Amino acid sequence: MKTATPARKIDSFLDQEYSAGFETLLEADTLPKGLSEDVIRVISAKKGEPEFLLEWRLEAYRRWLTMTPPKWAAVSFPEIDFQDIVYYSAPKKKDGPKSLDEVDPELLKTFEKLGVPLHERARLAGVAVDAVFDSVSVATTFQKELGQHGIIFCSFSEAVKTHPELVRQYLGTVVPPSDNFYAALNSAVFSDGSFVFIPKGVKCPMELSTYFRINARDTGQFERTLIIAEEGASVSYLEGCTAPMRDENQLHAAVVELIALDDAKIKYSTVQNWYPGDKDGVGGIYNFVTKRGDCRGARSHISWTQVETGSAITWKYPSVILRGDDSVGDFHSVALSNHRQQADTGTKMIHMGRNTKSTILSKGISAGHGSNTFRGLVRIAPKAEGARNYTQCDSLLIGDQCAAHTFPTIEARNPTAHVEHEATTSRIGEDQLFYAMQRGLTAEDAVSMIVNGFCREVFKELPMEFAVEAQNLLGVSLEGSIG
Amino acid sequence: MLDIKNLKASVEGKDILKGLDLQVKAGEVHAIMGPNGSGKSTLSQVLAGRDAFEVTDGSVTWDGQDLLAMPIEERARAGLFLAFQYPVEIPGVSNAYFLKAAVNAVRKHRGLPEFDAMDFLTRVKAEMKAVGMKEEFLYRAVNEGFSGGEKKRNEVLQMALLEPRLAILDETDSGLDIDALKVVADGVNRLRSPERSLIVITHYQRLLDYIVPDHVHVLSQGRIVRSGGRELALELEEKGYGWIGDAGEIHAAPPAAGGAQ
Repeated sequence: MKTATPARKIDSFLDQEYSAGFETLLEADTLPKGLSEDVIRVISAKKGEPEFLLEWRLEAYRRWLTMTPPKWAAVSFPEIDFQDIVYYSAPKKKDGPKSLDEVDPELLKTFEKLGVPLHERARLAGVAVDAVFDSVSVATTFQKELGQHGIIFCSFSEAVKTHPELVRQYLGTVVPPSDNFYAALNSAVFSDGSFVFIPKGVKCPMELSTYFRINARDTGQFERTLIIAEEGASVSYLEGCTAPMRDENQLHAAVVELIALDDAKIKYSTVQNWYPGDKDGVGGIYNFVTKRGDCRGARSHISWTQVETGSAITWKYPSVILRGDDSVGDFHSVALSNHRQQADTGTKMIHMGRNTKSTILSKGISAGHGSNTFRGLVRIAPKAEGARNYTQCDSLLIGDQCAAHTFPTIEARNPTAHVEHEATTSRIGEDQLFYAMQRGLTAEDAVSMIVNGFCREVFKELPMEFAVEAQNLLGVSLEGSIG
Repeated sequence: MLDIKNLKASVEGKDILKGLDLQVKAGEVHAIMGPNGSGKSTLSQVLAGRDAFEVTDGSVTWDGQDLLAMPIEERARAGLFLAFQYPVEIPGVSNAYFLKAAVNAVRKHRGLPEFDAMDFLTRVKAEMKAVGMKEEFLYRAVNEGFSGGEKKRNEVLQMALLEPRLAILDETDSGLDIDALKVVADGVNRLRSPERSLIVITHYQRLLDYIVPDHVHVLSQGRIVRSGGRELALELEEKGYGWIGDAGEIHAAPPAAGGAQ
């Protein structure tokens, strides 16, 4: 027959180009490639850091030298030459922007292309945006308004200068430098990131949002995010990521630490759209990230929601340590791997307090030659009386060249624990597409509809505007108002 | 009008249709009967455009257009509807969303305004009542966990909403008990109109007690071997397919009511 087949249409749908793949030409202040104690001293000096932080970095670096990269993940890539990476790159500036008007217009244009116009978006949506461009935070909006509530939302470097005592008190207390190879590297060389502090009893009046973007060539981006919610405080934090298209692979090794004290709530949402490489697997971001939340206080609640559509390789396990009694941890994830992308992602829920609860909901989508792995650990400590976990892992396969794996681990050391695990695997079948097309839908719409339906439970956890972005990222058209 | 000439089709290199001729005029109801393996379902799949079936010869014209050159969804939007023998499950997608997307794709193509949520709900609820479906089926995933009868009702519901010009019912009676069969037949009969053509594919004459055809054709080994009026179906019921000559299977007794698919 001469008509287009559903199979061919899926292929062309999957071959859509990366739309954030533009490069911004800016003058940058860039260090030569390579890593040594001297490089760390330079980074620290450029940022005017206090002595304790330099010492902390150097200690992490010395620890890192004794460590080896983890090999257990179901991903494969050539060995990374850590001396072939630039560890610091900042857009050149005269005196540093004091307001948005002083920010390089080229840079603002880049954010606009990404759909983050700092002026409009922030004002219209009421979102406070802290944009991280390569390594230096460019502009932080809404600082004043937040300041009236006693909320601190600024770049990490700024926090080091203005609130060194808070940084010193909390940095590395959730993810210590010795935690893993990439966390140690990050601790040694992190250049910027975001810092959030919500004081006791304050509900943050707006969504806080950070956009990360990797621009300069050969740059590793090592940002560090630290969010602290004091007793009874709550905050919702959004993180979005993109990178220009490049032939070489770029390393992104971030560390995110969340700390929730008694009755505090932190909701952390990520839409990650790093460049995934081309369809033959050339280029793309290596996204090796350590994200961990500490429910330090009783009745605290930490919730991770992630939509991972980009990166050549994703290695990421946002986790929650349920230390406080009656604390709650959630992990909601959609991970898409297409072409040659490899995603090894999941979570750890460490139950230490009594009556702690956790929920894991993972949706993996594999297409093309993509490989998607869910890796989960639920650990119930001996003292965690009455702990409960519910885990659901669903995999959706598109085409017949992709792979999905699920590695759940459950360690229950308390006999009162309730742990449930459910897993499903399904495939978008030729028969489903034919059925939908026979009803008048295009193959693209049919795939979108099925993928959207598959991800619905996770999308509904995202803040509204992010949910829309996530659907668009998956090539999904917005759903009607019913259903 | 649908004009099928010398249609030959194969699947996985095996010839199934071997020179089929059929003309269906506007307003007519044609029944196509035949033993298992005679090519009935292949005909419906080829007309709807499924690419697993390769057309090796012949032509199909539909209102002057080359049907075989049209993509699957274009055929659907132009008014060709296939009620599936085995309706497909789509987990995670609500029936309401699926139906609305389909109805609006078709309406857009026909230059009609798309339904908004309220218009659509009013319309769909009325049609659901007519086919005896509870409203909860709107909010369940497409065909997921539906019984055989519920799936077939859902097909008739979609047919009513999409208002096709040419509807093909592929063994819509299989797996239905007598009550469900009557509901399905009622739904089909309501759609009969001077502009609308129907092709009813069935193994058994039972359905034709309720959907009375203008013409009956017997398909055997990929060709139409007999054509006649309503009485041909009754004759088949009495004598079985064996007397047709080259048919492979002797089987005429109606199935037990409520038999599984």
